[in-house]
Amino acid sequence: MDSQAIAPGHAEPHEVHEEHPAYLRHHFVTVDQQRETASFGMWLFLLTEIMFFGGLFMAYLLYRNWYYDAFVASSNTLGIGLGTTNTAVLILSSFTMAMGVYSAETRNRKGLLTSLSLTILLGLTFLGIKTIEYHDKYTEHHIPGASFSVEDFVHPTDKRDVPLAPDMAQHAQLFFFLYFAMTGMHALHMIIGISILFVLLYQAYHGAYVNGHTSTIDNFGLYWHFVDIVWIFLSRCCI
Amino acid sequence: MSTESGPVSHEHHIVGPKTYGLILAALMVLTATTTGAAYIEMGVFNPIVAIGIACLKAVLVILFFMHIRYSSKVMMLTVGAGFSRFWC
Repeated sequence: MDSQAIAPGHAEPHEVHEEHPAYLRHHFVTVDQQRETASFGMWLFLLTEIMFFGGLFMAYLLYRNWYYDAFVASSNTLGIGLGTTNTAVLILSSFTMAMGVYSAETRNRKGLLTSLSLTILLGLTFLGIKTIEYHDKYTEHHIPGASFSVEDFVHPTDKRDVPLAPDMAQHAQLFFFLYFAMTGMHALHMIIGISILFVLLYQAYHGAYVNGHTSTIDNFGLYWHFVDIVWIFLSRCCI
Repeated sequence: MSTESGPVSHEHHIVGPKTYGLILAALMVLTATTTGAAYIEMGVFNPIVAIGIACLKAVLVILFFMHIRYSSKVMMLTVGAGFSRFWC
């Protein structure tokens, strides 16, 4: 978000110097330098996010190796249909976000508003499908903790599933703990992203980001694509 | 500070809808492939194929949607180093 986004004008008395766009801050020499620096900063943040999610993925890999049977059995209880649909929804939202960046760069206000709105819609669709999946976990007693039941693993209803020993079946709780931790953190990132999108939509409606200063939209696009990439790995690894 | 030497910056390249559309189609095809591959019994290669395709999708998103394909060497180096060091 840019505090100068909607009203980029010099309000205070200003030293006379070379003509420059209002959105060029004084600690930068050129607009390109400002744009690249902002982009670089966002990438550094995304690298820290890789470390953050990387830790969780490492934990998942390790425990999948140690308690293979429980993890495979648990993974099979997750519906492949909803997971794949969510992946398609997020990839589409990455496309609409990229189109938003293109609209901002080509100074197309209507296109930008449409793209941001579609991205919000797809993001909310993703969260809606996630809610359904979480509810399924609740009804199946797969939420780790007091309500967890090993019934589905010790006495599986599907004839193709191999029944687990009770102590191995308890390790399924670990799978679901990691499942909720990872998809929960991802969903939190989605919620934060959608909230920021609403702010960007409001600012774009009032004329921001189509006057040449597209940095904010560019960098938010980077964040959104990153959250998409995390989901791509999440849905392939955990399911 | 004099601006004679000026900061070295990279030309800003605008990526068009056609490129984005192609990458979208490729990502959808890869998603369908991963789903289909999950039903084929390949033993120890199943997770390898799944993660391999996921890596390919991530690379496509990073290169095109996130514009690294059109970025300066500094950006490419930063992202490449970060992705390989922290992810792998």
